[in-house]
Amino acid sequence: MTDATQDITQARHVPDRLNSRAARVFKSWEALLLAVAIAIFVVNSFASPYFLSAWNLSDATFNFTEKAMIAFAMALLIISGEIDLSVASIIALASTAMGLAVQYGAGTPELVVIGLTVGLLCGAFNGFFVTVLGLPSIVVTIGTMSLFRGISFIILGDDAFRGYPASFSWFGQGYIYWVFTVEMLLFVIIAVIYGVLLHKTNFGRAVYAIGNNPTGALFSGIRVQRVKFILFLLTGLMSGVAAICLTSRLGSTRPSIATGMELEVVTMVVLGGVNILGGSGTIPGVVIAAFVMGLVTFGLGLLNVPGIVMSIFIGLLLIGVIALPRLWVMAAARRKA
Amino acid sequence: MTHPAPTSPDVTPVVSMDMITKTFPGVKALDEVKLDLYPGQVTALVGENGAGKSTTVKILTGIYKTDGGTIRIDGQPVSFTTPNDAANAGITAIHQETVLFDELSVAENIYIGHAPKMRFGLIDKAEMHRAASELLTEIGAPFSSHTQLRDLGIANKHLVAIARALSVDARVVIMDEPTAALSHKEIEELYELVETLKSQGKAILFISHKFDEIFRIADRYTVFRDGAFVGDGLIADIDEDELVKLMVGRSVDQIFPDRAKDIGAEVLKVVGYEHPTEFANINFTLNKGEILGFYGLVGAGRSEFMQALFGITKPSKGVCRINGDIKVVRSPADAVSNGIVYVPEDRGKQGAVIGLPIFQNITLPSLGRTSRRGFLKLAEEFKLAREYSERLDLRAASLDQDVGNLSGGNQQKVVIAKWLATQPQVIILDEPTKGIDIGSKAAVHEFMAELAAQGLSVIMVSSEIPEVIGMSDRVIVMRDGRIAAELSGDEITPETLVRHAAGITSSAEGKVA
Repeated sequence: MTDATQDITQARHVPDRLNSRAARVFKSWEALLLAVAIAIFVVNSFASPYFLSAWNLSDATFNFTEKAMIAFAMALLIISGEIDLSVASIIALASTAMGLAVQYGAGTPELVVIGLTVGLLCGAFNGFFVTVLGLPSIVVTIGTMSLFRGISFIILGDDAFRGYPASFSWFGQGYIYWVFTVEMLLFVIIAVIYGVLLHKTNFGRAVYAIGNNPTGALFSGIRVQRVKFILFLLTGLMSGVAAICLTSRLGSTRPSIATGMELEVVTMVVLGGVNILGGSGTIPGVVIAAFVMGLVTFGLGLLNVPGIVMSIFIGLLLIGVIALPRLWVMAAARRKA
Repeated sequence: MTHPAPTSPDVTPVVSMDMITKTFPGVKALDEVKLDLYPGQVTALVGENGAGKSTTVKILTGIYKTDGGTIRIDGQPVSFTTPNDAANAGITAIHQETVLFDELSVAENIYIGHAPKMRFGLIDKAEMHRAASELLTEIGAPFSSHTQLRDLGIANKHLVAIARALSVDARVVIMDEPTAALSHKEIEELYELVETLKSQGKAILFISHKFDEIFRIADRYTVFRDGAFVGDGLIADIDEDELVKLMVGRSVDQIFPDRAKDIGAEVLKVVGYEHPTEFANINFTLNKGEILGFYGLVGAGRSEFMQALFGITKPSKGVCRINGDIKVVRSPADAVSNGIVYVPEDRGKQGAVIGLPIFQNITLPSLGRTSRRGFLKLAEEFKLAREYSERLDLRAASLDQDVGNLSGGNQQKVVIAKWLATQPQVIILDEPTKGIDIGSKAAVHEFMAELAAQGLSVIMVSSEIPEVIGMSDRVIVMRDGRIAAELSGDEITPETLVRHAAGITSSAEGKVA
């Protein structure tokens, strides 16, 4: 038996960390995901002779760059315990606004400003209902998902906006150097910005605190609603960026643009190891998840697998990767028992 | 230590636990303990936090399996593998936070899982309500079986839990800190109910940190310390001091620290704070180095007022001056920047951010100081966290550990460390020692006195009379959202506190508002 009085008088030293950095990295979700990504890469390069071509791989990046831009902001939003399901509809509305502006002779700089502004306004609209009125974000953004795209349909009907200026095509079709696209560069820059924001700043720490315990965060002096509002703004802004890239790449706007993309974005975030209930997740995880999804769709595409079957694979991949660690733990527990 | 044998040899225990051992990875939670429960008697299980009381309850209710030892019921060895086995053996528990269903009616709550059935397995609602009403009458519950549970207060929810215990025809009722959230009046009613249960021959295991309660209601005691059996016997054969000695293994002669009172100038002045429903006309001042106690019954509006002062809720009226300057506190962030911090009563939900590591909890409100231009500096964070965790003698494996893995007392230390690291002027402690053991309590009291001596102004909300009297320089008593009295010096006695809190105005003592 320990002597209680002696324990109290001796100040104890509590070590900073127990596990080394290497141990933490090795055991992480990101490490598992990276292994999956490498495996898919290897399988693909054997499955199709066209896979290991620089230009083909470059084309494949379009499968994920636009979605990933939104996914980074969405990751922060989901970590904070909220979600935005209206992102694809924001793309439609922003693209429609840009298309409309083209009819009145807007140039590329104006189009960029319009795309970003519409994204920000839509984000502010969502953020207002969630943070000021206190409504659940899943309900609000399911509503705005219909609302934003509905406005596009009213403006466009069965028509499409075309006639974007030639210089506007730079965002979605341009190359920086050799096979490296403008979108790839944007993807890298945005990944770095969000990685730093989430992992290296006070703001990112607040996001984690809110996701783990919003009441506790509030009681710790964090401006919870302000942080959440900013996250909705950022998600809207990123949808605006994605709208610019996608519209530029397609060269036209239809109201059905980017339909269903919100689910692919959320899938990417969850696959990246972000807890759908909030509180945990990393940007490197989402980056790897973006590559995994891109590689799978590209690999299947080379094998002439139709799109609908592809979505089955993505779904299975998501469930499989999430269930795997769980199954592992259960198997280990059974072996012990 | 003497272990007096049961005086009446004709009474045999209903439940008898012998040589029970339970080990968790790295910890021996119970080490060959024994515990006997007798029909028609209340046995108090006493021990500090970590003594093994909760583990015992979980073993008795079939949630944990034992690693060794035997449990006998009526002398027959039994083994529980599921909670159902324990329920079938007639053992039922009423927990601190009772598990009930807000959206269901009282009758449904009582009979969930074992409702009277008709053909095709449909629930016989008429029979269920009839039986529930009978039970409610028996225990003197002032509500109908059709009431939605959501509409009941905590005390009445306890009654539902007790009715549920009776509905399964339990022979053994375990009450785990049943009075923790109850007011004086409700506690009295609970005592009566316990008497009723006793007269029905039920064996009651009563777990409580409150000594007055134990001596009031228990017939027997069993003491555990650090997972080991220390002693048992009849309450009539022991006094408080001896019981404390058994519990802590040393005598706690000085429970409240002596302190040199060095009270300085006015720090905080609250004028006319008002809220549409919770409180009204709150005026008081707080001086440097002072401990100001806030006493009152549960529901008197003390926590609600403190949360308004901290910027969680918005008062409809009122001014708050800090060092003479009017400060607008619209959010906790404002409060913190004005030097007011709040250690809430609900540690798990409002205090600690469970899921974040200890060091991040401690630095959360101080990130402005540990970072540069909004960018985190981990080395600075660890330095600050280390400094304050050592100052509070935090027990943890590492500062990188999830705060959720700490015991209640250590979580409280993290919350206090978090606020001290902001170097506040006023610290509000809301029920700082609720549900923590005597040893930790003394440490918190010691620390509070130390803070005041260093010039911090302390507001202590407490419902425990000895604590209020032992710690406070002045006491404000609240009743129904208003200040009922402000007491200082010799005016602070158990009688005046209770009288003002309950609204008995027969005495001239104190200033009755």
